[in-house]
Amino acid sequence: MSDIEIEIDGKPLKAKPNSMVMQVADEAGIYIPRFCYHKHLSVAANCRMCLVEVEKSPKPLPACATPVTPGMKVLTRSPKAMAAQKAVMEFLLINHPLDCPICDQGGECELQDLSMGYGSAESYFTEGKRAVKDQDIGPLIATDMTRCIQCTRCVRFGTEVAGQRELGAVNRGEHMKITTYIERALHSELSGNIIDLCPVGALTSKPFRFTARPWELTQYPSVAVHDCLGSNIYVHTRRGDVMRVVPRENEAINLTWISDRDRFSYEGLHHIDRLAKPWIRVDRRWQETDWSTALTFAARGLQRVIVSDPKQLGALASPNATLEELYLLQKLVRQLGSPSIDHRLRQVDFADQDDMPMMPGLTMAMKDIEQSDAILLVGSRIQQDQPIAALRVRQAALNQAHVLAVNMMDDDVCFQQTVKRIVAPHQFVNTLAAIAKALIGEQPEWAEIEVTEHDSIIATHLQNSKKAVILVGLAAFNHPEASHIRRFTQCIAKACGAKVGFLTDGCNAAGAWLAGAIPHRAAQAHPVSEVGLNANTMWHEARKAYVLFNVEPDLDCANPVAAAHALEQAEFTVAFSVFQNPLLSDYAHVILPIAAFTETSGTFINAMGDWQTIKGMASPYGEARPAWKVLRTLANLLHLEGFDHDSTEAVRQEVESISVHPLQENTGSVPVLKASYAALSRIGDIPLYAGDSLVRHAKALQATQSIIEGELAAVRMHPALAAALSLKPLDKVTVKQGRYHGIRLPVILDQRVPEQAVYIPAALAATNGLSELFGSIEIQK
Amino acid sequence: MTEATQRKTSLSPRVCSAIDRWLTRYPADQKRSGVMQALMFAQEENGGWLTTSLMDAVADYLDMPRIAVYEIVSFYTLYNIHPVGRHVIYVCTNISCMLNGSDRILSHFKKRLEIDCNETTIDGKFTLRETECLAACTAAPMCQINKKYYENLTTEKVDAILAELE
Repeated sequence: MSDIEIEIDGKPLKAKPNSMVMQVADEAGIYIPRFCYHKHLSVAANCRMCLVEVEKSPKPLPACATPVTPGMKVLTRSPKAMAAQKAVMEFLLINHPLDCPICDQGGECELQDLSMGYGSAESYFTEGKRAVKDQDIGPLIATDMTRCIQCTRCVRFGTEVAGQRELGAVNRGEHMKITTYIERALHSELSGNIIDLCPVGALTSKPFRFTARPWELTQYPSVAVHDCLGSNIYVHTRRGDVMRVVPRENEAINLTWISDRDRFSYEGLHHIDRLAKPWIRVDRRWQETDWSTALTFAARGLQRVIVSDPKQLGALASPNATLEELYLLQKLVRQLGSPSIDHRLRQVDFADQDDMPMMPGLTMAMKDIEQSDAILLVGSRIQQDQPIAALRVRQAALNQAHVLAVNMMDDDVCFQQTVKRIVAPHQFVNTLAAIAKALIGEQPEWAEIEVTEHDSIIATHLQNSKKAVILVGLAAFNHPEASHIRRFTQCIAKACGAKVGFLTDGCNAAGAWLAGAIPHRAAQAHPVSEVGLNANTMWHEARKAYVLFNVEPDLDCANPVAAAHALEQAEFTVAFSVFQNPLLSDYAHVILPIAAFTETSGTFINAMGDWQTIKGMASPYGEARPAWKVLRTLANLLHLEGFDHDSTEAVRQEVESISVHPLQENTGSVPVLKASYAALSRIGDIPLYAGDSLVRHAKALQATQSIIEGELAAVRMHPALAAALSLKPLDKVTVKQGRYHGIRLPVILDQRVPEQAVYIPAALAATNGLSELFGSIEIQK
Repeated sequence: MTEATQRKTSLSPRVCSAIDRWLTRYPADQKRSGVMQALMFAQEENGGWLTTSLMDAVADYLDMPRIAVYEIVSFYTLYNIHPVGRHVIYVCTNISCMLNGSDRILSHFKKRLEIDCNETTIDGKFTLRETECLAACTAAPMCQINKKYYENLTTEKVDAILAELE
């Protein structure tokens, strides 16, 4: 249909048929006041603030719910429209308390602003106002429900966007209130967005509450650093301190939303465990020192240990480090003569690393997920790991796409799953193989694979789809047969013409691959003369010297036990760290305090391959320094060449100036199945708020995690397995992996866990005595 | 996520089968259309009022968010979330009834039962409610007791009705 011509405030405009007056006005930059309208939510038209005059209409009409018609003439500022807006404003203020001076929303309140702009200076209302009892809806959101004007944005957000309807409007008339009814914490991992949506001070941020006024804050654009999407954010600072984080609109990534993890992780920046000064170990004692002493100490220590054999140096870096930091680190390590550098800390199977693309990632836009007609999730708890990507999956499901899953946990997710195969880690590859077999047909190598009914249904859905997408998640990457999973995934994708997207760990895994923070390729995928040790082997074949770059070895690595053993034996360990860590305090020799993501400039490459460069916006904590400067100085002290960058831009330019080395196409032979490795295996997923050190130090998120997930330091098993082992809830059992000592944990029954597996989450102090995330496990009473 | 693991239905088989029969009126993928009657069945079996766990059970049974059921229950006057007497008396005090003397009728009920609105007699026999229009304006003033309408009320008629109820 062709565009419709309408006129708003005398301005001729073109509008799409079926669009609302509000949308057309917004696009034309004509502001119409509103409370309940939001472009990403359904139209409720219940606040009536957007009343405008429409020619030939006897009464003013709500702009948000009035479709455009040809030749329509709209007046937003006519006496009739303004009288209507003023009257609505008066009604809205009837029950709204005049407590702006003590309200946290004051200064950024839509009601306050519109009252100034469209309201009356006086009120005729002399009767008593209503009061609403507050509820505790969790550690993230503070409520003052007396201030609520019942726009229902928060309710619609839960229903329509997050897919978890937790808030509702109970009672009616004047008694109507927004509530969870039964007092409970919100479980949605996107709940914080209702703080931004609330046009008044009814829902405000609990951690930020009463700490600053909006007009004292300076806003800096930045990027969230807790998942591979790189959601866009604004960081608000006051006198160099980060006070809060809010979303920055980006239609390609996060729309107007961010996850709670991205919103509230800033709390960790002020944690008491932040390192304020460099530390060195002299005669087995820790000593606080200055930077030049610490760096000289680090340089001398490294030189001493590697002088005979530089390959004894191993470097491990966080996938959350910036591109510049990772590039400088790999340059430093390689110039020292060691090929061993890696960022794939939680992975254990690297057999196909030469077949990996230059930057493992989605290979598609977020919109492609939304517009696909079949999505296969492979080992992906997408709602927990990448909440913003889960919204796109949900959108696809709402558009009638079939969401299919091969997963290890049967989570209650925000989207409809057509078929799900919930299998134990040791049956995972078999299940993928069965789907591949159902798609491709019999192959000599696959004779033993049994195809179940569900596998064939998944295969049929994939075959019938025109735009299928396969998303490979963190559990698949961290799996002991990850290379097999990827091979079978590719095989399935080839057979049904699907695109494969990798949802990688950390916020900059793509950047780490590109920068050469991998043992088998240098920057821009250039070949290396010698392939170094990978992240897992570096612990098993203990090195004499380690460089740990923002790594908490007991929480960030696949095998914390081996890490601890290796560090204990190491002669010299340099740790770049944001936080104190018990393992580093026990075994490191130098700890260098580095700046967190808000305190340094740098580039992150997200799963879509976007380079997002941010600036430093807050003053570093204590004497912490941006890590790229520390690396540069350390390299200079080691007399290495090519470390004279004066800014992160210079480093970025150097990376960009390297020509891209073309990679050979994957030959794609038929993958062969290995024998199943276990009878009972562990599901060692990373809990919602435990993925990186910053999140682990954010207080409100930690409190929320224990409410949402319950006790994590436990062995969760299916009731059937517990019955078979004659275990009762809260029985203490010893769980043991391989040759290591076991740990004792209580049993919790959990229907989400498959019967041949137990769920013992990783990245927790209570479970870091286990040595494999998805390996076989023994249970002893 | 933990909610799903704790889900259990505490509806009796009788209520479940009544709901199942009722749901045949709606398309199979729109079970929630039957929520009001489902709540009614649950309420009737529970002596005229709904506990939170009954509301949860109905929500789970119809595969709808629990909060949506709470919204419905709190919106309509025909659901009770506190224990009620054997007979619930809804006296209309909306415009037609008011003009025809519903105030007198209501105060007579209060005097006779020795309770105020939203209270239950000590013997657990009657609960008194004031309600908005029940669409019987032609016969104002009126009241509803349980599922029956009593119209053109007078104080004498009220006495007779009360005497009649067990």
